[in-house]
Amino acid sequence: MSTVLDKRLLFVTGKGGVGKSTVATALGLLAARHGLRTIVAELASQERVQGLFSENGEGERFREMELRPGLFTISIDPQQAMEEYLRVKAGPFGQALGSSRLFQAFAMATPGMRELLSIGKVWELAQLHRRTRGAAPYDLVIVDAPATGHGVGLLRTPRTFAEIARVGPIAHQGQTIAETIADPEFTGVVAVATPEEMPVNETVALADELARDGLPLDLVIVNALYPARFEADEIDELSQALTRTRSALARSALRAALSEHARAATQREQFDRLRDRVDGRFVELPYVFADHVGLAQLEVLAGALEEAAL
Amino acid sequence: MNVIEMLEGKRVCVCAGSGGVGKTTTSAAIALGMAATGAKVAVVTIDPANRLANALGLERLENEPRRVEPARLQTDGLEVTGELWAMMLDPKRTFDELIDRIAPDPARAEEIKANRVYRELSTAVSGSQELTAIAKLYELDQEHEFDLLVLDTPPSRNALEFLDAPNRINSFLEGRALKAFMKPTGFGFRALGRGAMPLLGGLRRITGIDLITDLTVFFQLLGDMTGDFSQRAAQVERLLRAETTAFLLVTSAAREPIDEAIWFGQRLEADGLPFAGVVVNRVHHDLLGDREPREVRRSLARVLPPGLAVRVAENFRDYHVLARRDDDNLARLTTQLDERRLLLVPQLDDDVHDIEGLLRIHRYLFGSQAERERLIDDLVA
Repeated sequence: MSTVLDKRLLFVTGKGGVGKSTVATALGLLAARHGLRTIVAELASQERVQGLFSENGEGERFREMELRPGLFTISIDPQQAMEEYLRVKAGPFGQALGSSRLFQAFAMATPGMRELLSIGKVWELAQLHRRTRGAAPYDLVIVDAPATGHGVGLLRTPRTFAEIARVGPIAHQGQTIAETIADPEFTGVVAVATPEEMPVNETVALADELARDGLPLDLVIVNALYPARFEADEIDELSQALTRTRSALARSALRAALSEHARAATQREQFDRLRDRVDGRFVELPYVFADHVGLAQLEVLAGALEEAAL
Repeated sequence: MNVIEMLEGKRVCVCAGSGGVGKTTTSAAIALGMAATGAKVAVVTIDPANRLANALGLERLENEPRRVEPARLQTDGLEVTGELWAMMLDPKRTFDELIDRIAPDPARAEEIKANRVYRELSTAVSGSQELTAIAKLYELDQEHEFDLLVLDTPPSRNALEFLDAPNRINSFLEGRALKAFMKPTGFGFRALGRGAMPLLGGLRRITGIDLITDLTVFFQLLGDMTGDFSQRAAQVERLLRAETTAFLLVTSAAREPIDEAIWFGQRLEADGLPFAGVVVNRVHHDLLGDREPREVRRSLARVLPPGLAVRVAENFRDYHVLARRDDDNLARLTTQLDERRLLLVPQLDDDVHDIEGLLRIHRYLFGSQAERERLIDDLVA
């Protein structure tokens, strides 16, 4: 874990529904606990991280917001990022250009431009000398990245643009960002998976794709593992008990126990398959039995991440 | 209402929902169930789990539906009198085929497919899966081969992505204003040469001249085809709005997917799109009723040793945290939505990867109201 938090830019990716935002935020909490000035950046206007911290987190969406001392969040909007970029790079002219509806429509529709602008903003957040006037630097930027398939695309975007544009500012910017992403000291990739068939498949595919691009997969966080409550011989006992009792309550409880055990066993098989297919470091997080994941649960998960590092 | 009633008179069923909620499995179960009623049904999926793909005989990407051998569907539980067809969508190939179809000649089609802007557009960019899925749906609908088409929408984090992404690409392809600028004879292009036109001058300063050149070449190649894109977009739009189309939302009972389901439902209604209902997967039903949690251990004491009874009770307590959560979320969903348009599938012991598994879901989707209520009552006791 220490190595992952030592980076300055961390992409957290995984299949939809595996708890990526939760894990990214728990990593952020842990980093802040260690005294790192940390920001969790969400892409694609999800605003889930803010939601984890407050019931009605309306706030100003596209600004850097401090959730608690040392932990910030921002929801990155490509259009906002473009206006900011133009303002800084091209001054009043850029500002005028950015507010041109035609230019906006063009830029937003250009293939890959939204991704490039988003990742450009992420890159800016991770710089020691921030482009944003008066902005303090961060020790760690954690990106709550899009779902796996699109996530790799996102990492590839700057290089693709550098190649398409060849010369000029975009090529230059794309090249700089691509180099930052390719620097293993600076940038890390964390995959989040639940131990189920599809998330495991996608994690395997992600590891292969990253390897093809020469990027390492630094850590796999296996999320939502059921506890191992029962031994194999106890399962026989539970099944037998089910035939001996007529109490509806006892039967429901026994069935629930057998059912969870079956799911836990499937999870273990899938976890083994993941370990067989992907080289790397694995960290386990427990299933959260709660009506929703709030600060208390995040603290527990951050604690589990911390323990795993020891 | 069950799926049969929801899809009464429908020719297209679009299954939408956020990632990880069982959308592909639900789409397959719906297609199988409708085939069992005697219909000829095709399910179009993007990325099914290997085992489910194997169960349906989808060993590789093929861009046309293929009939699932009747022998594979033979089980004790269900007689399939109709036909089930399935296909796994290859977005890149679908996009290429679209170009082939509307290009004036094969040479132009090849040039477009070799263009770098096109290559980026048709593969890496988010939205191309959504666009091609709809394009395929439209094409299959035009062929009138099937009684019902079931579309499993691409995996995205957000259900709304399916509605928004294709428009982004379409508006680029249509790009009328841009086309005018980019035409070699157009005002913009001439101005670009002199660097006098502020807009394109700015573009060049920001993007670099080569990108502009690539885009120009791309739009030159597209030429009159941009009109075809507009026309197609309008036709697809009509299909999605048609009375014979149904949007079915798939979700799990956790908080965020339910919130998304609510937004999606509101959006469909605001946009005037035909919204049929919601399938809620992985529901933890309340098994406790009005009994006290401490009664659980007492009831177990007679059949289990104390240590084991404690752990079974703990497991039951944890289960009920989720049951209460699901209850609250479903209550929120029904304030927004008629309860009769809700189909609940309970948390199962295992993921569904085969025909047997689809049958386990089938009862919850196709049973009558009374049958489904009985199934849930059976969970208790």
